[in-house]
Amino acid sequence: MSLRLRAAVTVGRAARALSRATGRGGGNVVGGHLALAIEPRALELLARGHPSVVVSGTNGKTTTTRMLLRAAELLGPAVCNTDGANLPRGLVSVLMDRDLDPRARLVAEVDERWVPSVIGDCRPGLVVLLNLSRDQLDRMEEVRTTAARWRDGLSASAAASTVVVANADDPIVAAAVPEDRTVVWVGAGLRWRDDAAACPWCASRIAWDDSWRCSGCGRARPALDWWLEGDELAGRDGTRTRLTPAVPGRHNLANAAMAVAAAVRLGVATDAAAAAVATVEEVAGRYQAAWGPGHGGRVYLAKNPAGWTETLDVLDEERRPVVLAFNANGPDGRDPSWLYDVAFERLAGRRVTVTGERAADLAVRLRYAGVDHDVIVPLAAALERGRAQDADVVASYTAFGQVRKALARA
Amino acid sequence: MPDSAVRIALLAPDLLGTYGDAGNAIVLERRLAWRGIGAEVVPVATGTSVPESCDLYLLGGGEDAQQTLALTELAAGGGLTRAAERGAVVLAVCAGYQILGRRFPGVGGADTAGLDLLDVESVRTGAHRAVGELLAEPIASSLGGVELGTLTGFENHGARTRLGPEARPLAAVSVGIGNGFERLEGAVQGRIVATYLHGPALARNPALADLLLRWVVGPLRELDVAEVERLRGERISSARARTRRGRRWPRGA
Repeated sequence: MSLRLRAAVTVGRAARALSRATGRGGGNVVGGHLALAIEPRALELLARGHPSVVVSGTNGKTTTTRMLLRAAELLGPAVCNTDGANLPRGLVSVLMDRDLDPRARLVAEVDERWVPSVIGDCRPGLVVLLNLSRDQLDRMEEVRTTAARWRDGLSASAAASTVVVANADDPIVAAAVPEDRTVVWVGAGLRWRDDAAACPWCASRIAWDDSWRCSGCGRARPALDWWLEGDELAGRDGTRTRLTPAVPGRHNLANAAMAVAAAVRLGVATDAAAAAVATVEEVAGRYQAAWGPGHGGRVYLAKNPAGWTETLDVLDEERRPVVLAFNANGPDGRDPSWLYDVAFERLAGRRVTVTGERAADLAVRLRYAGVDHDVIVPLAAALERGRAQDADVVASYTAFGQVRKALARA
Repeated sequence: MPDSAVRIALLAPDLLGTYGDAGNAIVLERRLAWRGIGAEVVPVATGTSVPESCDLYLLGGGEDAQQTLALTELAAGGGLTRAAERGAVVLAVCAGYQILGRRFPGVGGADTAGLDLLDVESVRTGAHRAVGELLAEPIASSLGGVELGTLTGFENHGARTRLGPEARPLAAVSVGIGNGFERLEGAVQGRIVATYLHGPALARNPALADLLLRWVVGPLRELDVAEVERLRGERISSARARTRRGRRWPRGA
């Protein structure tokens, strides 16, 4: 280890420890950030010798990463980044751990925009691409720009031997995969199709039925290696494996399918991978029981229209009262116009409490959706109401962190 | 007042719906329904021709590739152009605004001819993308003397838009960038209103919604929607406070 890298790791570890000791957080962001400030090549240098997998996409990457980690652990030591620290600094923090096994496989959740950079540094054996849809439009790129960026990253020499596991049901993802790569195509489904109306290759209209095909250039969904039939994962080899994710919803079945397909490619047996994936019950507080054991209400993170649509599907199963916590800070997206892309009409008839820094925006949306609701801006008071109702809680990104903290205090 | 339900065409929602602008149709439909007037939202998906007979036409924002495809589809058949020429009301937002003009930067910035319903042209000036809260004071003389309250919304666009002599400015920018020329925002030409305001525009600016509706159905009673007034108060004071703390977004070109 070079002197510079050693200094970077020492300072990074110290900052992380200080952050944790003072209760400021996990310290992964500040620790990794400082290490990279001292040695900009820290990720590349620390990743050497560690086989790695990159997981990215707009929705489901944290859950899928955790599922894949559990399956990868069957093959040997494996580590992953947590707390949504999905930029290079978060990965550096994982790799500078004092007790990191030198052979550990890195299962990396990576922010959509950072995929090429992380591929360059980590030279992953496997890249898992879930989906691309609108998110934080005031600061993220348009989805086609991100797809082009992925394509560039996967075309680079660092990815020469990389295998791609990709959701074939998302045309934008399909367009992000260079033709000369080895690809495991998974028919994981695509609930939200509003960002894939125009063909990513030729901008003609895409025709949808169970599959998709461009009406202009004729490109269509690639032949599937794996696909979902109900809750069974079917393989091209004729195998069928029941998936029983402990986390709810159709989208988590899709996440499980992607994780199992990736794990099998790493060398895990299909049944064993499915069993490992099913052990993930809660991911960084997502889906956790809101009010403790014996109560049914859960906490959901919903960041964007696709995520909200999936969450509303899950909320429909038990039709509990709901507390909706809504912010519009940087990580939430500062333009909440997309609330009108979500069919909040589906909440009509339920007891709905609106809270959060931008409760007023959501209240207007609900008014126009014909959903009666109460606005209780102080989060603690809104959660008190939710507890009394055994409600489900849905929160936007930064509101989710606030909800978790408030529930931990309660 | 039309003897049947007001028909609101939501054009290419699958292409020009990136920024929640389909919400404008919801707002118009509800504000009529709350006054006992029937309305029907007619989504005009790409690949189907634009009906000429609707009362109101809505276009929203979208990414470059979608914008260009939407232009192709909206130009085909000429339904929108004929409807606009007979005086139908049109609200166009962001990419939709640019499409209605004489030209705009399309895929990869390529100079692209628009539908030519508005005397405006949108160009890349090299200025950075305009992203953030936008406040603008409506110009009553552009709106037949009608006074609207402060317009509030969120803008997110790369190009800047210059008005020709036939288009009138919708509003004067107080916070944000808007058109990016002469501190103006939006355009009005006949019964076509175009703006960079997302939010969606009509959710945050009910007076603008009602102006469009009055152009279609005549006099309407006022509505007082407490949630909307609260949101407007919050957004307007927040945007002004930000300006006082220091201008976040530099002036446009």
